[in-house]
Amino acid sequence: MPADLGFFALLSRDIKLAFRQKSDIINPLMFFVMVITLFPLGVSPDPNELAAIAPGIIWVAALLASMLSMENMFRSDFEDGSLERMLVSPMPGFLIAIAKVVTHFLVTGLPLVFIAPVLAYMLSLPSEAYGVMVISLLLGLPTLSLVGAIGSALTVGLKRGALLLPLLVIPFFIPVLIFGTGALQGVIMEQPVTGQLSLMAALLLFSLASAPFACSASLKISMGNG
Amino acid sequence: MTDYLSVDNLLIERDDRLLFKGLTFSVSAGKVLQLVGRNGSGKTSLIRTLLGLMPDFEGDLCWKGKPLHQERDDFFSHLLYIGHKASIKSALTATENLEWLTAAYRKVTYFEIEQALEKVGLRGYEDVECHSMSAGQNRRVALAQLYLLDLPVWILDEPFTAIDLAGVEQLEARIAEHAEQGGAILLTTHHVMNIDAVTKVNLDEFAPRGRNAS
Amino acid sequence: MSFKAKFKRWFHSWASPKWFFEKSERWLPWLGVPALSLLAIGLVWGLIFAPEDYQQGNSFRIIYLHVPAAILSQSIFMMMAVAGAINLIWRIKLADMAAKHCAPIGASFAFIALATGAIWGKPTWGTWWVWDARLTSMLILLFLYLGVIALYSAIDNRETAGRSTAILSLVGLVNIPIIKYSVELWNTLHQPATFKLTEKPSMPAEMWVPLLIMVIGFYLFFGWILFKRMRAEVIEREFKAKWLQKKLIEN
Repeated sequence: MPADLGFFALLSRDIKLAFRQKSDIINPLMFFVMVITLFPLGVSPDPNELAAIAPGIIWVAALLASMLSMENMFRSDFEDGSLERMLVSPMPGFLIAIAKVVTHFLVTGLPLVFIAPVLAYMLSLPSEAYGVMVISLLLGLPTLSLVGAIGSALTVGLKRGALLLPLLVIPFFIPVLIFGTGALQGVIMEQPVTGQLSLMAALLLFSLASAPFACSASLKISMGNG
Repeated sequence: MTDYLSVDNLLIERDDRLLFKGLTFSVSAGKVLQLVGRNGSGKTSLIRTLLGLMPDFEGDLCWKGKPLHQERDDFFSHLLYIGHKASIKSALTATENLEWLTAAYRKVTYFEIEQALEKVGLRGYEDVECHSMSAGQNRRVALAQLYLLDLPVWILDEPFTAIDLAGVEQLEARIAEHAEQGGAILLTTHHVMNIDAVTKVNLDEFAPRGRNAS
Repeated sequence: MSFKAKFKRWFHSWASPKWFFEKSERWLPWLGVPALSLLAIGLVWGLIFAPEDYQQGNSFRIIYLHVPAAILSQSIFMMMAVAGAINLIWRIKLADMAAKHCAPIGASFAFIALATGAIWGKPTWGTWWVWDARLTSMLILLFLYLGVIALYSAIDNRETAGRSTAILSLVGLVNIPIIKYSVELWNTLHQPATFKLTEKPSMPAEMWVPLLIMVIGFYLFFGWILFKRMRAEVIEREFKAKWLQKKLIEN
């Protein structure tokens, strides 16, 4: 079916673009590392103190790093006319949204998951929490990409979109932050965390089922402003 | 003769300013419809309205005689749209660009792309990244789609922008050929075209009085 | 005429700004007068005549502002999202105007709820701010409102602004229960339950009757303000329409 071909072509195009331009991959990663470095400097280098706040630091920094590249999800396609072209092609809008979200997660989210254990070690996070940290990031970051895609679609044609986007999406990131840090703190306090992780999985599934449609509707509306 | 797109008594307003009203025309097989009008007369707004990207209008839009908004999917799978921005990614090569631009319609081979690029005068540019080409060459890459996709209806917004005389001739020939083969073309340009099948629609004639006189 | 047909006609009449402008002129006093009288009665009753709370003394009296403001700010968000949905589906201009003006009013009520919550917190917890689940949720609600307002003002085209904010408020409406649930979970993880502002198992009638009066008064007040603002919006948007110019000259 041609629509599927379009989906995979778009996905491979965007991943190719990310690897050619590299800044989309490297900048959020560096941002993540640097923000985390600020905490020992700003709070305390004491391992016990750091370990206590490490779950929160890791999740807040991951959330901010993921948000950093959200603004670009649709912007360059909007500027060069690609977005308009995609919206009038036989490919349904929600597939465009899914392709963009998958790219955003692969390009921005996944590298954060890979580097997180190193940073967790530097923050003295107890080693038994590493597994849960990786799982929670793998469940939470795609949710952020999905919700962020709606915000990105709503602000795509706007001059001040870059400043506006965080204001729109941060409130929606709060549940992910709470469940994510909750799971990590749970492991540290030797409590069962399957509840928190299944909530994160539920949130991911719910966003996967609904966000692409909201995103596609937002894209079409935003085009009316241009 | 089939009417692909028909527009009946269309009125478009933009930010409380009336662009035009009472516009009626149809885009039918074998015909080229050229939209003209001064800057700001609403050429692009009209195209965006037809594409469903601007929902505020009054009047009837039809696709093959049925309401357009119910027939979007059918419309989009028979439409080749090239906007005034060429949708070319500068970090990708000509071939890569054409691959994704055509992917939603059909699978094209490297050989076909090579041939199409040759027809638009870009032989040897298959694997050159588009940022190292000129604006006119980027436009030609986009126009190579006209040789790759077999879609009946073309909507081209300012297709002659930035291309040189030889390119203009080629494009005119391709448009005439498509019309002869039973295709339908809607385009905006100020360029005077040497094609018999052209019908002109001047949007200024449908603009509210006062703006016309100025 | 059947009920359904009547309803349909009534629903469609909302599509006409002219109909609204003419009718609402007559409705305004029926909203404004009872709103102000109920608010006056409720305030005097609640602040002066209602008995003291056996635990919190007189400081509990702020619930007569806090609770109605909190309830209103939540229902206004819901109304804003519903009005937005009506605008998205049926393209009714008045729904767009209503949604637009719900946002600042709702944000103000959320702010009042937060401010009164803080004032109540001082004598009760000894601090202006605690990360109580309800206050935190209210703060996030305020953020959601501010996001909607910021998005509206960033978009030049009015129709696009209306539809974009409609989507954002619908996404917000769907997420509010999730956010609330997560905040409550977070609260139970971090704090032992303290006593809450509104969880009174049994409130004597002398206490809750004025509260009820205040809530109804707030709703009517909201309707009054909303209609006044929508009328101003009709004037702004339809200034070219002949019926409006005639109407304005008459007055």
